[in-house]
Amino acid sequence: MTRKQKLVVIGNGMAGARLVEDIITRGGADQFEFVMFGDEPYGNYNRILLSGVLSGTHQAQDIFINPLAWYETNNVKLHAGARVTSIDRVNKIVIAADGVTTETYDKLVIATGSSAFLPPMEGLRTTTDGFKAGVFVFRTLDDCEAITQYAEGGKRAAVIGGGLLGLEAARGLLNLGAEVHVIHLMPHLMEVQLDAIAGATLRRSMEALGVQVHLNKATTAILGDEHVTGLQFKDGTTLDCEMVVISAGIRPNVQLARDAGLTVERGIVVNDGITCVDDPDVFAVGECAQHNGMVYGLVAPLWEQTAVLADRLTGRKPQAEYKGSKVSTKLKVMGVDLAVMGEKQPRDEHDEEVVYTEPLRGIYKKLIVRNGKLAGAILLGDTAMAPALLQAFDRGVLLPENRAELLFPLTDQVAAKSAAELPDEAQICNCNGIAKGAIVKAAKGGCRSLKALCDATRAGTGCGACKSQVQEIFEAAAGDTIVEDPSIHYYVPGVPLPKPELIAAIKEQELKSVSAVFRVLAVGKEDPASKAGLASLLKTIWHDGYEDERDARFINDRVHANIQKDRTFSVVPRIYGGVTTAAELKRIAEVAERYNVRMVKFTGGQRLDLLGISKEDLPNVWRDLGMPSGHAYTKAFRTCKTCVGTEFCRFGVGDAVALGIAIEKKYQGIEFPHKVKLATTGCPRNCSEATTKDIGAVAIEGGKWEVVIGGAAGSKVRKADLLITVDTHEEVLHYMGRFMQYYREHAKYLERTYDMVERMGIEKLRRVLVDDEEGICARLDAEIEAAVAAYVDPWQEAAQPHHPSQFVNILPKAEADAMLSQISKQPANYGD
Amino acid sequence: MSTTTTTTTKLVPTDLHFNLGALARIPPGEGKEFEIAGELIAVFRLRDGRVYAVQAKCPHREGALADGITGGGTVVCPMHSFKFDLATGAPLGHDCAALRTYAVSVNAVGEIILQL
Ligand SMILES: Cc1cc2nc3c(=O)[nH]c(=O)nc-3n(C[C@H](O)[C@H](O)[C@H](O)COP(=O)(O)OP(=O)(O)OC[C@H]3O[C@@H](n4cnc5c(N)ncnc54)[C@H](O)[C@@H]3O)c2cc1C
Ligand code: SF4
Ligand code: FES
Repeated sequence: MTRKQKLVVIGNGMAGARLVEDIITRGGADQFEFVMFGDEPYGNYNRILLSGVLSGTHQAQDIFINPLAWYETNNVKLHAGARVTSIDRVNKIVIAADGVTTETYDKLVIATGSSAFLPPMEGLRTTTDGFKAGVFVFRTLDDCEAITQYAEGGKRAAVIGGGLLGLEAARGLLNLGAEVHVIHLMPHLMEVQLDAIAGATLRRSMEALGVQVHLNKATTAILGDEHVTGLQFKDGTTLDCEMVVISAGIRPNVQLARDAGLTVERGIVVNDGITCVDDPDVFAVGECAQHNGMVYGLVAPLWEQTAVLADRLTGRKPQAEYKGSKVSTKLKVMGVDLAVMGEKQPRDEHDEEVVYTEPLRGIYKKLIVRNGKLAGAILLGDTAMAPALLQAFDRGVLLPENRAELLFPLTDQVAAKSAAELPDEAQICNCNGIAKGAIVKAAKGGCRSLKALCDATRAGTGCGACKSQVQEIFEAAAGDTIVEDPSIHYYVPGVPLPKPELIAAIKEQELKSVSAVFRVLAVGKEDPASKAGLASLLKTIWHDGYEDERDARFINDRVHANIQKDRTFSVVPRIYGGVTTAAELKRIAEVAERYNVRMVKFTGGQRLDLLGISKEDLPNVWRDLGMPSGHAYTKAFRTCKTCVGTEFCRFGVGDAVALGIAIEKKYQGIEFPHKVKLATTGCPRNCSEATTKDIGAVAIEGGKWEVVIGGAAGSKVRKADLLITVDTHEEVLHYMGRFMQYYREHAKYLERTYDMVERMGIEKLRRVLVDDEEGICARLDAEIEAAVAAYVDPWQEAAQPHHPSQFVNILPKAEADAMLSQISKQPANYGD
Repeated sequence: MSTTTTTTTKLVPTDLHFNLGALARIPPGEGKEFEIAGELIAVFRLRDGRVYAVQAKCPHREGALADGITGGGTVVCPMHSFKFDLATGAPLGHDCAALRTYAVSVNAVGEIILQL
């Protein structure tokens, strides 16, 4: 066997790591010894999803494509956190910044990506080398962390740059509670992808979300001595702000290549073989490479480049050539759907321009048709037609004469059929660059469940936007052979039973503690991720008869308060129906002063949150408040918002206050698979937003109440479905309770009501809960009454802690005896 | 993410033994912190009887590991749910640095003895 060639890759980002993967999947592990250098101290992560990390929809650990373990498993030597500072092409050596780490190479790949472009302006840096405090760029995981930390506590933030990335940064900042201003040099947003009308439409959508957009503004200086205090613009105006994220474009990282004597223009120049024009052993892929005058800033072209290079390096297809990429993208800008491809303006009067606009709904669609073929398209706000148009664009097919067919799906069926009809080359998962053919192949080649398929192909594991398409293709390809992955039906990951079977087993074998469930139903294997869900379920089944092992609870439920990032806690006393008294307010104010509460805040649920309380102080705070727990820290009944209804409002037709208070007094603190928020509203004007709550009651003319379920106004917005219309408060309470118990018994752990309602369908729920199709209503009613009867205010533990060290963080070293004797006097279980 | 890629770094072994008092002061299955020689250490009392001591703060963003949920010889940080092996300190399923671990045992009268 011949000696393995040594392949060194500079840059451990999306292109570099992808190339090594591509080589390995082509069997290249036998031919090459892999060495990688990465400036960032991590494995390779999905940079696209940084927007999600910043806006809180993704956790940092979830965006890794190749965690460090991957390198180990695949024998890839990774110098993490090592920046390469020079390439010696004569001796074929690369040298890292420490001057010590060096590697020789046979083949060298440069995949250094790009950096944020910093437009010239004053006051960017402090006298030392770094940025002024409060100045950020948005490119890496570390940038994300730094922005998140600085934005804490709700800052006034400016984003310089109204392109795609700038708007993503703006969304992230908005979600972090900042007041956000986008400063853009050009007359409309995202001018690279959009025309003026689309830019204006997008601007309106952004402003509706709360972002303030400033166009035609050139920033000349960042104000502030130690840290950012504002921006100075060329037109003489200024803007006060406490932080600024610069997102004014990117510049390929090419200095290294230039110093090594390689031909560099905007990017490192490569030929159709992805090879540097000056050196047959050096290659460049990704955002740092320039091919045929183009430098690409999106991932799709980069997948095409790595595939060609891998084909050539492994000898699979030594003649493979890269011919440039047709750029098209489908993305979400701050939650607004957008698809763009090709050109955005007609070239001359022969080009046909097809336009549809609906400004109020933020919809804009435009096609450029040239010689009967699609030359470009912009779809904003509604991208249902994007797959079909992308296909027409990629393959250059002749378009139907009736252009309207290109703008609107003719019927639902046509749209639904489309994924299955796509050709094999059509890219489905844009994050991971997975084509339809690969999904079909995996489905036919043994993947029998959607989860197995996604794991095997990585389709759908990025931003998740393509999941439904993947499922559709999978179902069409696998046909009857699909088996569902059973684990998606488990109530908790560590006990292999769906919820109904789990409940049956627990009841039958009288399992009363979390330990007992693990012992009997999970071959004794304790799974920490399953403990809290099991504790909640056991309480649902046995009420006060369950054995309360406190370690099975999340910290919030051990100390009955909500843990904050600095390990202090927030305390929310119950304020029934949002109605309080002067005396109560005084008490709250006194407590806030006495315990140096750092922030007193009105919550969205019509009550007061006292933030920044130490664990040790919790019992005293509760005692001094003299109010019951508001359960704002747990998966339980949270609050029932009310509007003033008939009592004061001139529109009111039902007494929303009295009903709300009655609901909250009855069902306070009941545990659920997830939190449950309620509201009552005195008329359909819906001032308390009852129709977007888990459970709501809406008064309607004629003295009646509509009981609605499954509403949402969080990361997802959903209008609640009508369960039943009733005449009295008692009936409202009754049906709400019945639905609550059903939810307790049928939802997976951490499944919100709205997901369950959508999963089961309102018709079925009406049949079960109103028509009593299954004959279970009487039992449900009895169970929820038992749960209500078993309720004890957890804040009573102020007087009688469950364990002597319940509210202690640090134990003193060896003064054991006093504490021990206390333990023996305590009953083993504090009465629930 | 932590910004370093260190693995378990044990302190230089010494003969210092600390009596941390009765194990019963830690509720079963939970952890509590101790301040020893200027260091904050979390001691866990697992339900199966094993006792472990590791650095108190999560290498990710300094979450208090003692407030985490334990099980199967691991602890899950209460802040962002990163999991660590208590015996070795190794990160499980993520990229953070490993935890420092400390030798710990329980003596005949049920007291925790920690060795630095
Ligand atoms: C927030 C954000 C959102 C995005 N959204 C999208 C999207 O929705 N769709 C899309 O198609 N694209 C998107 N992109 C663009 C996409 O992420 C990039 O096109 C892609 O990451 C480019 O890959 P790359 O490997 O060329 O560069 P990178 O992923 O940047 O990787 C380069 C790596 O090389 C390292 N490096 C640089 N110099 C050296 C050196 N001298 N020594 C060692 N290591 C070095 C860098 O630290 C970096 O880790 C987004 C980018 C960002 C920042
Ligand atoms: S919802 Fe109707 S009754 Fe209630 S405050 Fe609004 S207008 Fe008045
Ligand atoms: S601090 Fe984030 S997981 Fe521990």
